[in-house]
Amino acid sequence: MTTVPILTGRRLPRWSTPVVAAAAILVGLVLQFGGISPLGLAPALFAAIGFIVARSTWSWILEGRRHATDRLMGSLVVGALLLALVPLVWILITVAIRGYSVMNTEFITGTMRNIGPRVEGGGIGHAFVGTLQQVGIAALISLPIGIMTAIQLVEYGRGKTLSRWISFFVDVMTGVPSIVAGLFIYTAVILTFGFSQSGFAAGLALTILMIPVVVRSTEEMLRIVPNSLREGALALGIPKWRVITFVVLPTAISGIITGAMLAIARVAGETAPLLLTTFLAQDVNFNAFDGSQTALPTFIWDQISRGTAPAIDRAWGGAYALILFVLVLYAAARVIAAVFAPARE
Amino acid sequence: MTAVLSGQAVRPGDRVFSGLSLAAGVLVLVVMAAIAVFLVWKAIPSLTTDSANFFTEQQWLPDRDPPVFGIAVLAFGTVLTSLIAMGIAVPIGFGVALFIAFYGNRRVSTALGFTVDLLAAVPSIIFGLWGLYYFMPRIVPFAEWLSTYLGWIPLFRNDLEIYTKSILMAGVVLAIMILPTVSAISREVFLQVPRAQTEAALALGATRWEMIRMSVFPFSRPGMVSAAMLGLGRALGETIAVALLLSAIFEINWAITEPGGNTFAANIALKWGEAADNGRSALIAAGLVLFLITLAVNMIARWIIARHEEYT
Repeated sequence: MTTVPILTGRRLPRWSTPVVAAAAILVGLVLQFGGISPLGLAPALFAAIGFIVARSTWSWILEGRRHATDRLMGSLVVGALLLALVPLVWILITVAIRGYSVMNTEFITGTMRNIGPRVEGGGIGHAFVGTLQQVGIAALISLPIGIMTAIQLVEYGRGKTLSRWISFFVDVMTGVPSIVAGLFIYTAVILTFGFSQSGFAAGLALTILMIPVVVRSTEEMLRIVPNSLREGALALGIPKWRVITFVVLPTAISGIITGAMLAIARVAGETAPLLLTTFLAQDVNFNAFDGSQTALPTFIWDQISRGTAPAIDRAWGGAYALILFVLVLYAAARVIAAVFAPARE
Repeated sequence: MTAVLSGQAVRPGDRVFSGLSLAAGVLVLVVMAAIAVFLVWKAIPSLTTDSANFFTEQQWLPDRDPPVFGIAVLAFGTVLTSLIAMGIAVPIGFGVALFIAFYGNRRVSTALGFTVDLLAAVPSIIFGLWGLYYFMPRIVPFAEWLSTYLGWIPLFRNDLEIYTKSILMAGVVLAIMILPTVSAISREVFLQVPRAQTEAALALGATRWEMIRMSVFPFSRPGMVSAAMLGLGRALGETIAVALLLSAIFEINWAITEPGGNTFAANIALKWGEAADNGRSALIAAGLVLFLITLAVNMIARWIIARHEEYT
């Protein structure tokens, strides 16, 4: 028999991770059923910390400092990921359970007209109309402006100073707080130009938030359109604007639609700008240009502020409808992106 | 004699189309300038009537005669909640980004990246609703523990023995809300690290963490800074969730587990309905300060990214 030379240092055995994990889970279960929460932490969190400490210590003794650090940081990275997923799952499940229990036809089509905070019933029909109209107005205005700005950045202004400034401020605009967008529309459109508080004003506030998102996503899509397509078309003597509208945009259209839907999903959940630009209404208002108009986020806000049990139930129902609306847009955007994705080299 | 090879140099359609696209681009600049101009213009009426110092006064009574209001409490609450949020979200966000860039395999990473991005799609109001009725009650024991065992630190002292609607709670929920911003941007930066560098480090026998520390962080540091700052920018301006999660007591209270605290954005949302003309003007003034702060934070962050060509 020949002896095999040992080329590596001592390593933790393969079974170390499951064994330590099992021990940690056991400790966690004991704490859970013993009703003990050490350090004010949930037993699950405590068990996770125990797992990380135990495995790193073992590794230090057996493998040395370098590998112990590696294992420690590795488990912290995985821990960070799991920790980040907890609130998402928690929120989605809570909204699904609480919201589903108030869902019925009356809730979807009804309004809050003549329904007091202590009475059950009522619905979100009026809020749904408001959301569709306000988000629709925002999309109608911001999509052309956003797409044209992206065209300016990619097709006309490459390398020009003005374009660099526009590009920089589009990024900065992404960070404008939504409440500031609401204040701006209030001061500019309502105070200065004398418009009334209305769904239209709310749509304009959402436009401010939507433009930079549309510009960024469209710009990214235009940039991946191969230059050979543009050059081929230009060489045939086609005017540049027709190259852009008939060659470049159709090539990138699926990506642009995806970006537009994500932008709509983003602004559909905004509450703060709506509170300043259109107030609350308890009944349907189909006219976005006159009078208050409730949208789904402001409906939820209104119900929370009433604070009674039936109102809170309605708030969860509204949250359910809103999150469904946003998630459907998200999912549809992903599907469109996947199905119509241009073939990449 | 030279032959004329081309017709009109610029065709009318081109001129119209490029003019339109230029106008759209310039509109972005105009809107940013207009936000500043209109907020300043409409804030001035209240600022001239303010009988107190706008920056140091701790009350908010702009509709009283004479008006007394200042942003000291708002600035305090905004900065403190945002710092707590950053303290939690930045390390976790970097961790998530590191996992997606260097730990998981491609398929898992793409799915997880999408999932964490979904967190950004959850509307602010739903964070507030969930935070108020589900998250806050579960975090109370931790706040109790903090004040029981670390209560000798003034920050964690709690004489009221009420642990809800505190700056700490709002900060933790804010952390969850800015997490996708931090992780998405730092992920983009991590993915730009040249593979040759990371693989060279591994080939020399570095462990995965040593590879990250020696070849990823030096390359990504400016991008990580700006990811953190963009997260800060979001935290500073977040309105509705904070408005629901703070008890909006108008005083500077360093005890972060006690109910209290207020922020620029939350104060605007909460006071808007009841404010008269001068009150609204005062809220616009507060909004102007918020706008300028977030503008500065975002500009610095974007400037850092723009300065490093290798990120784009």
